[in-house]
Amino acid sequence: MEKIFKNLSLISATFVLVLLVSIFISLFNSAKPSIDEYGLGFVTESAWDKEVPIENSVSSLANDAKPIKKEVKASSDEDDILAAYEDEDEPLTKTVFGGWIPIVGTLLSTLIAMVFALPIAMGIAVFLAEIAPKNLSYVVGIAIELLAAIPSIIFGMWGLFYFAPIIQKVVGGYQVSLLTAGLVLGVMILPFMAAITRDSMRTTPDVLKESAYALGATKFEVIKDVIFPYSKKGIIGSIILALGRALGETMAVAFLIGSVFMMPKKLSDPTISIPVAMANNFGEATGLTLSSLFYLAFLLFIISFVVISVAKFYFLRKAD
Amino acid sequence: MVTTSSVSAADLKGSGATFPYSVYQAWIGAYHKATGTEIDYIGKGSSAGIKDAEARTVDFAGSDAPLNPNKLAKDKLYQFPGVVGAITMSYNMPNTPKLRLSRAAISGIALGEIKYWDNKTITAANHGVKLPHEKITFVHRADGSGTTFNFTYYLSKISNKWKETYGAKKALNWPGDHHVGGKGNTGVAALIKQTPYSIGYVDYADAKNNNLQMAVVQNKVGEFIAPELKAFQAAAAKASLDPRKDFYAVIADPKGKGAYPIVAATFILLPKEKADMDKKVTAFYDWSFKNGQSLASDLGYVPLPDALTNKIRKYWAEKGIN
Repeated sequence: MEKIFKNLSLISATFVLVLLVSIFISLFNSAKPSIDEYGLGFVTESAWDKEVPIENSVSSLANDAKPIKKEVKASSDEDDILAAYEDEDEPLTKTVFGGWIPIVGTLLSTLIAMVFALPIAMGIAVFLAEIAPKNLSYVVGIAIELLAAIPSIIFGMWGLFYFAPIIQKVVGGYQVSLLTAGLVLGVMILPFMAAITRDSMRTTPDVLKESAYALGATKFEVIKDVIFPYSKKGIIGSIILALGRALGETMAVAFLIGSVFMMPKKLSDPTISIPVAMANNFGEATGLTLSSLFYLAFLLFIISFVVISVAKFYFLRKAD
Repeated sequence: MVTTSSVSAADLKGSGATFPYSVYQAWIGAYHKATGTEIDYIGKGSSAGIKDAEARTVDFAGSDAPLNPNKLAKDKLYQFPGVVGAITMSYNMPNTPKLRLSRAAISGIALGEIKYWDNKTITAANHGVKLPHEKITFVHRADGSGTTFNFTYYLSKISNKWKETYGAKKALNWPGDHHVGGKGNTGVAALIKQTPYSIGYVDYADAKNNNLQMAVVQNKVGEFIAPELKAFQAAAAKASLDPRKDFYAVIADPKGKGAYPIVAATFILLPKEKADMDKKVTAFYDWSFKNGQSLASDLGYVPLPDALTNKIRKYWAEKGIN
């Protein structure tokens, strides 16, 4: 019995690892044509789906906005346009794809979400764990957990129809923008952070708190010097979980970020994130476009991996 | 209690274009009531529809972009138009109930060259209307779509610069820095509705359902035409859809008086070797052409003119699938 149990748990643990490695490999394989074509320059290239003459090198072309003359045949123009649409091996030009704008969009929208959600989540958690009377804490606690259960499409529609006009009234600029997407993303990750932080704060032994009070500490001092240090690990864990969710959120952001491959100059400008670029273009993509989308997915995989490992190994170790 | 009809698999399976989805859905419902035939059409997008047809995973597929006769021969497919729809230039401008857009204005806005509403190209066609000095926000589809294909095809016909630089595509990186993308028709319509001084391309059905303001646009012979059913029908009647080329043509910007320029046909693909299945599909479309015309116009689509449906029936008869 003992042996079976041990093996079963070993299999479950290995399963995750195998799954992760195989996702990594299949992403890499699908991205391979694009990786071969654009190399690491893909990461810093800000053009997406831009046709350039084939003679020039990729890097010098980002600023070249001249239209590309194609051979226009004398035949009926209708067939010409359709032929251009069907002809995927355009000999005179090639198409450049680069991930810089969606990468920046992903990181910035996540950053806005974290900056917005973190203090509020901590406030909610402290209130629920330490300050609120038991009954109220229970009700608000359930509300917070329900917020986590709302599908992201609902956040997207709510954001688009009700929140985006308000944002525009307050800050100006566009309704769908980095800021709108970031703030709604912040609301979406709030419940994760608040609920987990509350739970880990509640694990602080009463003995510790009582001894602090006995020494004359105020409630604020107990929260700051006893509860926070004690539940640090749980708090960092909650931040990591929220971060992971924010980096990969697709549906809500697709409605709210504006979905244009443009570098935002202000917070109220529209831009695009990696998951949104994939969701919008996957259905109609073939060839190098499809492979470049997989390249983006591959990069998101690596970004998430790096961000989460930094959070885990650096901050969690510091917390010890 | 489950009735037998709801547990049995559909008699016919189709997938593809989302542009005609609502009218196909209405026809399928009415046809089921009339004949008891179950048809299942999934709106996956034109490219997915073409892939499904090539792989023979469906009995018929919808595509907004027609396939050329060579490609049809290679994949062993038949092709005929299913329904015609129109795309509107929907806008949001307070106190401007009527906006006229010339061909130069439409391509200028799409190219990002016309940035303000009081630009000369726009005001020239709008005598007596005071247009504000406000920045234009151009709203487009963010996801790949047949509507975008048909609109960019139309742009290719009215602007050489557009044709040489971008061409007709289902998804593209739009030029200029004055535009935002909305997800799906819902997203585009909502953004136009909520953003003052915005304009975008929306299919007629969605523009009507969302009560959007629609611009009067200039057609090939220079007339300014309001987006109305009779103007769409005039356009459909002028369209040169040739059965000898498997109806391979995009009908945007037809010549002729009274024709609304931004119209698009959407197509049905059938596998050549499944003649029995094909007969069931053509029976459905034959019934819909006859009985579904008012359903189509209620939803904002254009019933195919009789001359065209007769050509389609002849095409079926020639191929032996009627």
